Amino acid sequence: MIQVDHLHRCFKAVRAVDDLSLHVGAGEIYGLVGPDGAGKTTTLRLLCGALRPDSGKIEISGYDIIRQTELARAQIGYLPQRFSLYDDLTVLENIRFFAEVRGLSGQDWLPRCMEILAFVGMEMFKDRRAGQLSGGMKQKLGLAAALVHRPKVLLLDEPTTGVDPVTRQDFWQLIIRLAAEEGVALLISTPYMDEAARCNRVGFMQHGRILTEDTPEALRKQLEGRILELQGEPLPLLRSIARREQDVEDAQMFGDRIHLRVKIGKTTPVIERLSAQIPSQGGKIIRLAPVSPQLEDLFIALLEPRQ
Amino acid sequence: MNLGKQVGSDFVDEVIVAQDLTRRFGDFIAVDHVSFSVLEGEVVGYLGPNGSGKTTTIRMLLGLLLPSAGQARVLGFDVVKEAEPLRARVGYMSQKFALYQELTVRENLAFYAGVYGVREKDRIDQVLEQIGLREQAKERISALSVGWRQRAALGTAIVHRPRLLFLDEPTSGVDPTARRSFWDMIYELVAGGVTVLVTTHYMDEAEYCGRIGIMRDGKLLAMDTPSALKQSALPGLAWDVFAQPVLEALRAFEDCPCVLRAGLSGDHLRAITPADVDADTLRSRLNDYGIHDIVINRVEPSLEDVFLALAVRDHEPVTIAKNREGD
Repeated sequence: MIQVDHLHRCFKAVRAVDDLSLHVGAGEIYGLVGPDGAGKTTTLRLLCGALRPDSGKIEISGYDIIRQTELARAQIGYLPQRFSLYDDLTVLENIRFFAEVRGLSGQDWLPRCMEILAFVGMEMFKDRRAGQLSGGMKQKLGLAAALVHRPKVLLLDEPTTGVDPVTRQDFWQLIIRLAAEEGVALLISTPYMDEAARCNRVGFMQHGRILTEDTPEALRKQLEGRILELQGEPLPLLRSIARREQDVEDAQMFGDRIHLRVKIGKTTPVIERLSAQIPSQGGKIIRLAPVSPQLEDLFIALLEPRQ
Repeated sequence: MNLGKQVGSDFVDEVIVAQDLTRRFGDFIAVDHVSFSVLEGEVVGYLGPNGSGKTTTIRMLLGLLLPSAGQARVLGFDVVKEAEPLRARVGYMSQKFALYQELTVRENLAFYAGVYGVREKDRIDQVLEQIGLREQAKERISALSVGWRQRAALGTAIVHRPRLLFLDEPTSGVDPTARRSFWDMIYELVAGGVTVLVTTHYMDEAEYCGRIGIMRDGKLLAMDTPSALKQSALPGLAWDVFAQPVLEALRAFEDCPCVLRAGLSGDHLRAITPADVDADTLRSRLNDYGIHDIVINRVEPSLEDVFLALAVRDHEPVTIAKNREGD
């Protein structure tokens, strides 16, 4: 549904998007993750036709976004990071506005608007002014507005930033249903790894390029056996010993424990050496064992400046 | 530094002690008999949906809002009678940073140093060093990235060497790399004896805390280490269930007494069941619905599982069918 080949876009000397290719199939959720300034938002804006690429090709449902812009755009729903609702209009009036912009006719708009409000669970708030909605409700209304014309492709730019976890959970149930029930192809940018973990595939982006992409499970496997959890006390001593260990690439505190990333094939020697060193320097180990790597571990490993 | 409550000894001060802290707004009880204590050097997270009473609690602990009932002492000061000396000794970093956009990093720090009466000449250089912004000292705030702005905001909150730091969703919206370097700075402060209370609604952030309190409807439902919460606060077992079609499998679980909670998680389901349910029970339930291609794995509960189990009202499934106006 989304087919992108060798996309380039510069802003003056900055290569915001640099030879990016990706495809997202019907019913698939693709997560685009990366640090601030990696080019995620620029990619989404290129895909929805708001920005022109310097070179490269974008097809949405088989339509070329440059040569068949209107046909391609009709297939796309786009929820930008900052979207505008009319605060003085009611929920229903806002949706009606988007329905009319998207060309829904006089008879069609009301049933479709009510259907989409029911989908996001907001039909009982249809007469409330948008300005009086909570942050999470505004986000759902934004999603409803992006979906009103039944797009086959949905682009979401950090849709749950600033939304509380209960609403985020609700929001994701909606997103997964869109993919599973209606076969919508979804491309979502997010800074949250727990969200990336819910996607079918994830692409790690930096400097306008996708560094690696795969299913969350396969991505985590890249670090299999290399993440150790260390619990004990005192934690500052444990951390400084771990950071001096030559085969430890990263030692990060997480509250009552430390996660270590060890070099490839060095898990056993690291465990042996730390098990000896820590007690000899007055520390105590409660637990030192491999744990399953998280997407966050891979993110850090990929994006760390090479030393 | 002691990041777990059991590490406390007679020599460790209780930095925060709240007893039955309560705040009503008319008929609405925003904070309902909350009691907890925080020891010196702890990093404690306060997790809850919007409107659960996190910010109201912090405002009372800062002496900005009077409790309707109950009491609290912070750094030994009574929050009602001694609010002023208390506020002079704590640092507060809000998610909406109180930074002057048109001033440079150094000018912002100098401004706050003046407000707090900090006179040492080299204090601002020390803070710039601590927050890793020496190179950016002459940059205007408006020209900085979000991650650097967060560090600058931290700088203004620590310029007067507070012994207690309140952080309100400090790394909202930043990527994991920036979050890590921010938390490295927090841990450096903690190693120097600072105590930290963080409110957040991000699990990613909560994972950095030594203990986490979970709030709902003004009540503090649990407070413990992340590991202990994962072991004990969940009312059962967590499972990943791979079955096609996944929405049919969700329906099979939704009205099933053997499943407490089921939700979509990417291409599979995450289910929470009572402790006496096993994989075969789940499998036969799915078979009843004509689903036979099934993989079921017991998994470690995540902090989010714990949070959803506690913070969502009982028997209220997290699905689209219902709507919560609670946030």
